[in-house]
Amino acid sequence: MIDVAAYIGPFPFRYLPHPDPDVLVRVLEREGLSGAWVGYLPSAWQRDPAPGNAALFAAIAPYPTLRAAPVVRPDWPDWQRTLRDVVDKGAAAIRAYPMHWGMGPHDQSMRALALACGQLDVPLLLTVRFEDLRQRSALDVAGDLTAAHIRSLARAHASVRLVVTGAGREMLEEAHWSLTPEEQQRVHWDFAWIWGPPEDHFAHLLRTVGPERFVYGTHWPLRLTQNSRANLDLLPPELRTVGIVNAESLAPKR
Amino acid sequence: MTTGAPLGGTTPLIDAHAHFYHELAGRSDWARVNAARFRAGDAMGVTYHIASVLGSYGHTSPTYFPSPDDVTRGNDAMIGIAADEPDRVRWYVAVNPNHTAHALAEIERAVERGAIGLKLLASRRADDPLLDPVCAMAAERGLPVLHHIWQHRTREWPNQEISDGRDLVRLAERHPNVSFVLAHLGGGGDWAHTLPAVRDTPNVYPDLSGSGVDRGMLDAALDALGAQRLLWACDLTMETGLAKLRALEVIGLSEDDMADIRWRNAARLFPAGAFPNCTASTA
Repeated sequence: MIDVAAYIGPFPFRYLPHPDPDVLVRVLEREGLSGAWVGYLPSAWQRDPAPGNAALFAAIAPYPTLRAAPVVRPDWPDWQRTLRDVVDKGAAAIRAYPMHWGMGPHDQSMRALALACGQLDVPLLLTVRFEDLRQRSALDVAGDLTAAHIRSLARAHASVRLVVTGAGREMLEEAHWSLTPEEQQRVHWDFAWIWGPPEDHFAHLLRTVGPERFVYGTHWPLRLTQNSRANLDLLPPELRTVGIVNAESLAPKR
Repeated sequence: MTTGAPLGGTTPLIDAHAHFYHELAGRSDWARVNAARFRAGDAMGVTYHIASVLGSYGHTSPTYFPSPDDVTRGNDAMIGIAADEPDRVRWYVAVNPNHTAHALAEIERAVERGAIGLKLLASRRADDPLLDPVCAMAAERGLPVLHHIWQHRTREWPNQEISDGRDLVRLAERHPNVSFVLAHLGGGGDWAHTLPAVRDTPNVYPDLSGSGVDRGMLDAALDALGAQRLLWACDLTMETGLAKLRALEVIGLSEDDMADIRWRNAARLFPAGAFPNCTASTA
């Protein structure tokens, strides 16, 4: 099982202990995970993603279990070339942060990025949030990704595949049930922010949306990696054996 | 019933911040949610759930500003749950200090029925003088006070009069003989603000509950306060409680420090003899 929601690099709004790739590799081994799609955390707040992408590829190069999830910003000059370059370099997925870039649900450049990723058969990786809304810095004003963004991108074309991390039950249900069955099949979700018992939101979603829609994400180094495993372990007995998707199967072959 | 070793370890474990629902709580699945708490608690190895019922949870009066009638009905429900589950449930009496006479009478009534702690919501800011009579009664009765806290209050939020660590410290300094459990360090707001705010007030004990599982929070809490000031708890998300237990193991605490956080601090704060299954299992 791989982790689709790991990062390296510092976070602008609070101190993160050692957000480094060698530590990530040890954490993945400890948690029994075989690898991770890794983003460069500062890139969400940097205007030009190129330096962050370069830093990401260089930092994880020594670690074969880590695959880059670089950022492509579709309002940046020559982004199509950037996309081709990072896919050629082995990107597992393409990260985009429309909320941080001020792009609404129907932004045409985001739609173009989704289509281009679809043509290259690489998933588009979207992040609902980095931190709980209640603790965000006054400078962290991007807001959570909306269900409207998800459905707009999922509807763009049959080749578009989305992996959405950090959603809660309400947003996930709004997006999922606003899509056709065919569109639903092209969206995967991690469950790192979905509540377990006693509310049992995760169990509810496994029963309704289905386990085949879920992948594993930890949000390391922002959050405790133990949380996703704990959520699986505390499922009702009849759900403990359901199989979620190993996102390795969603990434382009190396 | 769970088979196999508990996911949270085999030594005693007290959830110092739990809630149960009841048929007047405005949700049809209240019994399912209560059963899920016991299911997950059994799987983790929770020895005791120390729980409260927050009035009608907004159904007939606001969760954090419950009417006196809803306070009474909620505590009645809690009495019933504790009576049904004497081996694994202990409870806080919840009161609204805006209704002083009712609050004091409710504490008296609840202690006679077995309450071991006092739950204060966000009905009044923590440093408000209206909290003094109920805290004075808590001191007389030897009840710890679990106070709902927003970690760093920067503005008003709807449907509650939030307090933060600094507000609670002012109350705790006025009542040095009362132990105050600062609710859900991981429950929203900035936990990094709370730790220095309460560091020098020894009768404030943060619980670790809340949906937040920020890396660094547990290490910072241990550095600032030490293991003797922290209580393990879940509140509304039990998976985050299990994750924090496992993270504490990774930090590499001593056996003593782990036991303090898991149950011994609670055993020290609450009335003597409140947790016989803990002391018996370690005898």
